[in-house]
Amino acid sequence: MTFCRDSWYNLIMKIHIPNSAFLGNIDPFLRGFDPSSPHTLEITANDKWISIHPVVLAMIAALGATIPSGNISCRKLEAKSRHYLVRMGLLKMLDIPSDINLVEHEPAGRFIPITRIKTSEELSRFITEMIPLLHLEPGQARTIGYIVSELARNVIEHAEAPNGAFLCAQYYKKSNSIRIGIADTGVGIRTTIARSYSAQTDLEAIRLALQPGITGATRKEGGTEQNAGAGLFFIKSIASVNRDFFMIYSGNALYKLLKKPASSKLRLNADPFRDRHSMEENIPSWRGTVVGADITLDQTAEFSLLLDAVRKTYKEAVMERVKARYKRPRFI
Amino acid sequence: MKQILIFDKAGAFAENKDVAKTIRVSEIVPALDRGEEVVLDFERVDAATQSFIHALISDIFRKFGNDVLDRVAFKSCNDTVKKIINIVTDYMQEGAGPE
Repeated sequence: MTFCRDSWYNLIMKIHIPNSAFLGNIDPFLRGFDPSSPHTLEITANDKWISIHPVVLAMIAALGATIPSGNISCRKLEAKSRHYLVRMGLLKMLDIPSDINLVEHEPAGRFIPITRIKTSEELSRFITEMIPLLHLEPGQARTIGYIVSELARNVIEHAEAPNGAFLCAQYYKKSNSIRIGIADTGVGIRTTIARSYSAQTDLEAIRLALQPGITGATRKEGGTEQNAGAGLFFIKSIASVNRDFFMIYSGNALYKLLKKPASSKLRLNADPFRDRHSMEENIPSWRGTVVGADITLDQTAEFSLLLDAVRKTYKEAVMERVKARYKRPRFI
Repeated sequence: MKQILIFDKAGAFAENKDVAKTIRVSEIVPALDRGEEVVLDFERVDAATQSFIHALISDIFRKFGNDVLDRVAFKSCNDTVKKIINIVTDYMQEGAGPE
């Protein structure tokens, strides 16, 4: 994404949809991104092919909602796969007219188009309605519903995002996986976490937010009556157990849980920096929070095992923090 | 004894924390205040999020202490729901104390 000045000396924000941007290779897309003070958004896309993670769509939709209506334009889409943007509802969400005809008999039904959720009731209704769209087994549906619920409730409760949460998901037959993206343009993780913890940087705030029992609502163990600070830890744990990608981008920081080799031993870490990960601190600042996750459905039967591991890791993390606050005896 | 059917209020996938709060505030806490025992019946609930269970029961540990588990029972939970309840009851008991 770049800025340029048009003849009226207004800032124009340009976003280019690349031919490929999934969680494994999304970094260049994010590095080229700068949503600061945009008044006008121009969207272009790769001419040959567009193959992108739902999180990219969620980001563009969330960003579009911050720009005055009528100030968003989209250059003619030439890519063979351009219908994907229509099918996922991006152009409609941005109020961009399109003459692209949808190709019928796609892997129909196995996606959730971009949806905006602003209230708790909307979320509950959405979860009930989305499960049949993905044609999942009950165990798999449970996992996906869990992720969507926790992520969207985070936005509703903490993000202070007037436009709400933008989310979408897509089933990929080849990898038998669901990829989910959710984005908001709220206050971001650092602002929320800093209400209770000292976080000097966005990355530090993300690190805290991913730890079990850490919430911006209170420093007290056990959280508040409504918040425990465990939602993101659970989601990261689901991705970790499935050996899948998970990313979180807020402010100028990106944390990415990397895929684990199939041979690696299942182990959950309370500290996300102890997981196999990558991170960046100097990418352009996203005002709000973006989360992307890949969930391999073959692995979701392990949800029960995951809960055993979560219980153990959570317990250890709480005990460590409690112990760190112990008064030491004074030996004189 | 106060019996509360979670499915009737939260459905098969118990995830709405506002619903959990309503159950806690309007049913669980008043029953405990009256000295009654409470049975949370999860019959037909396929799954619950940790956030739902937290919103449902975490505050009763703060209000009544860890012994509240002697007066609250969880009925007809499947394995997944049981495990989530165990996670929440663990951290609420272990983490009790000052900041």
